[in-house]
Amino acid sequence: MYSEKEIIETINMVSHQHLDVRTITLGISLFDCISDDKKKTCDKVYDKIMKKASNLVKVGETISNEIGVPIVNKRVSVTPISLISASSKCHLELIKTLDKAAQEIGIDFLGGYSALVHKGMTPYEKEFLLSIPEALASTNKVCSSVNVATTKAGINMDAIKLMGDVIKKTAYLTKDNDSIGCAKLVVFANAVEDNPFMAGAFLGVGEEDTVVNVGVSGPGVVKTALERCKGNLTDVAECIKQTAFKITRVGQLVAHEASTRLNASAGIVDLSLAPTPTIGDSVAHILEEIGLEQVGGFGTTATLALLNDAVKKGGIMACSSVGGLSGAFIPVSEDIGMINGVLSNNLTLEKLEAMTAVCSVGLDMFAVPGDTTAEVLSAIIADEIAIGVVNQKTTAVRVIPVYGKKAGEEAEFGGLLGRAPIMKINTSSPAKFINRGGRIPAPLHSFKN
Amino acid sequence: MKAIVSVIGKDKKGIIAKVSTALFDMDINIENISQTIMQDYFTMIMAVDLSESKLNFSEIAQKLDVLGKNNAVEIRIQLQSIFDSMHQVSTMDDSI
Repeated sequence: MYSEKEIIETINMVSHQHLDVRTITLGISLFDCISDDKKKTCDKVYDKIMKKASNLVKVGETISNEIGVPIVNKRVSVTPISLISASSKCHLELIKTLDKAAQEIGIDFLGGYSALVHKGMTPYEKEFLLSIPEALASTNKVCSSVNVATTKAGINMDAIKLMGDVIKKTAYLTKDNDSIGCAKLVVFANAVEDNPFMAGAFLGVGEEDTVVNVGVSGPGVVKTALERCKGNLTDVAECIKQTAFKITRVGQLVAHEASTRLNASAGIVDLSLAPTPTIGDSVAHILEEIGLEQVGGFGTTATLALLNDAVKKGGIMACSSVGGLSGAFIPVSEDIGMINGVLSNNLTLEKLEAMTAVCSVGLDMFAVPGDTTAEVLSAIIADEIAIGVVNQKTTAVRVIPVYGKKAGEEAEFGGLLGRAPIMKINTSSPAKFINRGGRIPAPLHSFKN
Repeated sequence: MKAIVSVIGKDKKGIIAKVSTALFDMDINIENISQTIMQDYFTMIMAVDLSESKLNFSEIAQKLDVLGKNNAVEIRIQLQSIFDSMHQVSTMDDSI
């Protein structure tokens, strides 16, 4: 069996090193709710979510109790709403339906107010995208994501131009709360269909009726393990790998238990290390433990590359189906080490962008001045999306142009979303580039057939 | 259902007796027991079988928690599956 030392190790991971399962996300397909009548569609969506997910919170809490590991969030992801509402054009009504269902079952977030427009947009999808600010401003739990590019299709620059305006408007509508609406909106390249993490979760069109996807966490556990590692970088990678294995095993156990009890398919375990603003739960501090004076300095990209790869290698053997995003998240506002990096001017937006080439997703939860133009926002998105498309990885942007605030000030979101120092950014105009519109063709190496 | 009960605290006279009595009262069978001192903390670990208990898991956990609080020690009960998952690569039953 296992030794006392191993039992104590597990207990310490939870009590001292913030090991938790970040989320159980129940994916629910809404394809069987489509109708050409607005009310009928809304009623069917409400009924289906209530039927499939009413037990989710209770099941999560029971499992957490039994294994002694916190399960922080219970969430629902649904089929991209633009596909469900297209026939009856009921997206505005569905916003309220989704929020109501989410409130009633007591989940933390519901993801899927989403559209897949990576190659082009239908006139209805354009109308749908323009409704996103309203959806985010009028609800607390509904999250939105838009896939604007894939390696196979190229980059839809018309959609990216539109998203600059959508983000500006969302920031304005939620200006009383430091533009928090933007924290619930993700713009993706190569979006994954089984992502359990918010705000980008939706249930892909190729998925089953109900699927449990689990996201683990545990940056604190990795950092603690590294504190004892005195060896070279090969030893560091090995140490991270072994720790990631143990963390992911917990996710696998939870995924198995939750899917059985919810009568849903076991989907994937997402291996991503997800930080929180709590001290001792930071991805940036892992990089500093490897040997950086502070995150943002030279060496940051290399250490992050090592971390991201070792986490994947450890996690892949630990569970039967790996998916989602997997690696290490580097949100600014949700990681005390990242926040400190920005505050001391060590971590710039340019370095953050370089880091996203080797992390699990992209530019995440960073705040920019409220007067940043829509074109600059679109260009930030275009740059990040290009990194994803060319490197055949998922990238994303979750940017908050904090209305009424300027560089050097701070935005406060509270809870897991944390706080973000507003970063100084390059404001030279990309307007001509953005206003050209059209599509950046798929890169040469995407043609593999 | 198998579980692990762990008791951590400053060395405390009579704690083994109190925990085993509480488990006995709940019809929980102790299959293995070990104790050690780690970093000045008394640590007792018990492998237990819950299958004969009439209480459900959360009731058992709550009773042990109260016992712990009354004696200034931390008492946890966790299903064995969490430790199996984390520390055993082989999926073979250990009776084989």
